Amino acid sequence: MSMKAYPRKLDVKSGRVELSHGSGGRAMAQLISDLFHQAFGNEWLARCNDQAAFDVSAGRMVMTTDGYVVTPLFFPGGNIGSLAVHGTINDVAMSGARPLYLSTSFIIEEGFRFSDLKTIADSMGAAARGGGVHIIAGDTKVVERGKADGLFISVAGIGFVADGLDLSADKVRVGDRVLVSGSLGDHGVAIMSKRQNVAFQTEIVSDSAALHDLVAVMLAAGPGGIRVMRDPTRGGLAAALNEIAHQSDVGFHLQESTIPVKPAVAAACELLGLEPIHVANEGKLVAIVAPESADAVLAAMKAHPLASDAADIGEAVADDHKFVQMTTGFGGRRVVDWLWGEQLPRIC
Amino acid sequence: MKYSDEFRDKSIAQGLARAIDAEVSSQRTYRFMEFCGGHTHAISRYGLEDLLPANVRMIHGPGCPVCVLPASRIDMAIRLVERPEVTLCVYGDLMRAPGSQGQSLLRAKALGADIRMVYSTLDAIRLAEQIPGREVVFFAIGFETTTPPTAVMIRIAESKRLDRLSVFCNHVLTPSAMHSILENPKIRNAGGVPIDGFIGPAHVSTIIGTQPYEPLAEQFEKPIVVAGFEPLDVLQAILMLVRQVNQHRYEVENQYRRAVTREGNLRAKGEVSQVFELRDQFEWRGLGLVPNSGLKLKRSYAKFDAETRFAIHDMPVADNPACECCAILRGAKRPADCKLIGKICTPETPIGACMVSSEGACAAYWTYGRVRGEQVRQRS
Ligand code: SF4
Repeated sequence: MSMKAYPRKLDVKSGRVELSHGSGGRAMAQLISDLFHQAFGNEWLARCNDQAAFDVSAGRMVMTTDGYVVTPLFFPGGNIGSLAVHGTINDVAMSGARPLYLSTSFIIEEGFRFSDLKTIADSMGAAARGGGVHIIAGDTKVVERGKADGLFISVAGIGFVADGLDLSADKVRVGDRVLVSGSLGDHGVAIMSKRQNVAFQTEIVSDSAALHDLVAVMLAAGPGGIRVMRDPTRGGLAAALNEIAHQSDVGFHLQESTIPVKPAVAAACELLGLEPIHVANEGKLVAIVAPESADAVLAAMKAHPLASDAADIGEAVADDHKFVQMTTGFGGRRVVDWLWGEQLPRIC
Repeated sequence: MKYSDEFRDKSIAQGLARAIDAEVSSQRTYRFMEFCGGHTHAISRYGLEDLLPANVRMIHGPGCPVCVLPASRIDMAIRLVERPEVTLCVYGDLMRAPGSQGQSLLRAKALGADIRMVYSTLDAIRLAEQIPGREVVFFAIGFETTTPPTAVMIRIAESKRLDRLSVFCNHVLTPSAMHSILENPKIRNAGGVPIDGFIGPAHVSTIIGTQPYEPLAEQFEKPIVVAGFEPLDVLQAILMLVRQVNQHRYEVENQYRRAVTREGNLRAKGEVSQVFELRDQFEWRGLGLVPNSGLKLKRSYAKFDAETRFAIHDMPVADNPACECCAILRGAKRPADCKLIGKICTPETPIGACMVSSEGACAAYWTYGRVRGEQVRQRS
């Protein structure tokens, strides 16, 4: 009779992560094979090496890495796992690249439930398959109780960019249009609505999604016309545009009335004293596009399921101060600045 | 959003702007102080100054409780959380307010102090129940609007026998501050620009009513219009002020009739007077010591008073001498006139009161209005 590698089954239903699951011994091997490999299943992982070898295509490689630290871990519209995969895919995709492979590292707090870990790993696997990428390498660490807020995930991603394509935030010119792919602030509001001390009722769910397909469609619609793309995550649209303004030495002028924001998001922001343009998104992009390509790109965006609310919200203008300005719904003008520090709700 | 949309209608706003334009006399300048940061915020965020005639100038008042909290009170709070048994509950925007050495609660938290961000006094009660054995201190701050919830909290703590819950009281009063802006000889002699009228804070008046402003309007011959925080409220209040000035009237008018009465909320006032009494004076960042402008717990509630309980005392510290807050808060200077703005004083590293919260005059200017400042600077 052949010996089973792991005599006892991993108790996914009611078990918890223990320090031994990060110690490099049998328990860790079992966790990786029974939980992570199950969830991510692919030929590279199956070979169980400490690294994965893969083929590359012609063109330039793109590489990114990102850490995911989210409270709460589960929120309407996703969880830290799907978010980590989508976020990394998007970071690769914003260069115009096709994302190919991901690697991931887990830092797990002792006592974390296997069932939650499985849900998270499964949704990472599903997000990766949905995005046509493979998670081909990984790492697991377990830290003592109290030393991590449940679970931290970091993900690295690589992809390749077609020859001749070079999107960059220093390429924006005066007159370029600012396009956004849909309503702003959904993710941040969904997260905040579930934070322990804020908790409020809303039907808003996170917009977490992989955007590489949308990017491909946009590139096809406006060849050469797209200067730069960004996914406005933390800091929201305001941060993304301020960064681009500084890199390209231009200002931006937005029309508030054209910026898509769901009424429920606007209402929640009002309540918390925040503005939707400062709130994080996880499934939206902002693209700065040459004026002659803007209409075609916008039309292509609107035809895509992830960007049906896409809008042209403003333009790049000459401005030595590199201010992002906005004509308010009232016809007055104001500056749209970076958010300072943390988003801290006002008291009055 | 339906409710607030009505107060943000562009065509009504433009109609009000035209009405203001038609009423103002080109022969004079109108300088109105919006006392409260909520109004400053609305003016900046909606770009309302662009809708006003050039000779109507808005002066940003001191009305943000976080901004006007002096460094010494932050120092006291930091001394409190240095005690290992203390858990301090604070509102979020207080975390960045600078103490006398530039330190803040945010930094104290990073150094290990047990500071919890809360959203209401109820959170503090909940915490006190959840973590028995800890000394839970609620950092109470705010104008008359936030005072009743603190009073209620103390009464709940009493009835639930939450003996380890206490209040670090920093509640302040708006009419006294307005009085100080108009009357304080230090301010008057320092060449303050005359103020032609005030927009009074609506939330405060939902509690205290409009009546407490009447003696001020009469004594100093300044019209006061209590107004809501929606952009249309603000525009309408400006129109009402312009009319009063033109007609040489000095009355307290109520623009915010949908929530404010002359008498205010008697029940809330009752709760407050049960628990609190006046301090002889209280220090305001930018205004200095203002008589009768702060509240403290009555002696009968002394056991809930963190200042008594932990024997911490105020040690006033001087504001940065280069900071122009005092002049800005009385309308004598604009944020752009301060040498420190944008250089060493920024929202990330605030020096003075006006930069501390997003509603402070310097912060609002730096965040939303810089362009206008730059244009003015370039023209002159
Ligand atoms: S910019 Fe800073 S230092 Fe200058 S007046 Fe404003 S708050 Fe004070």
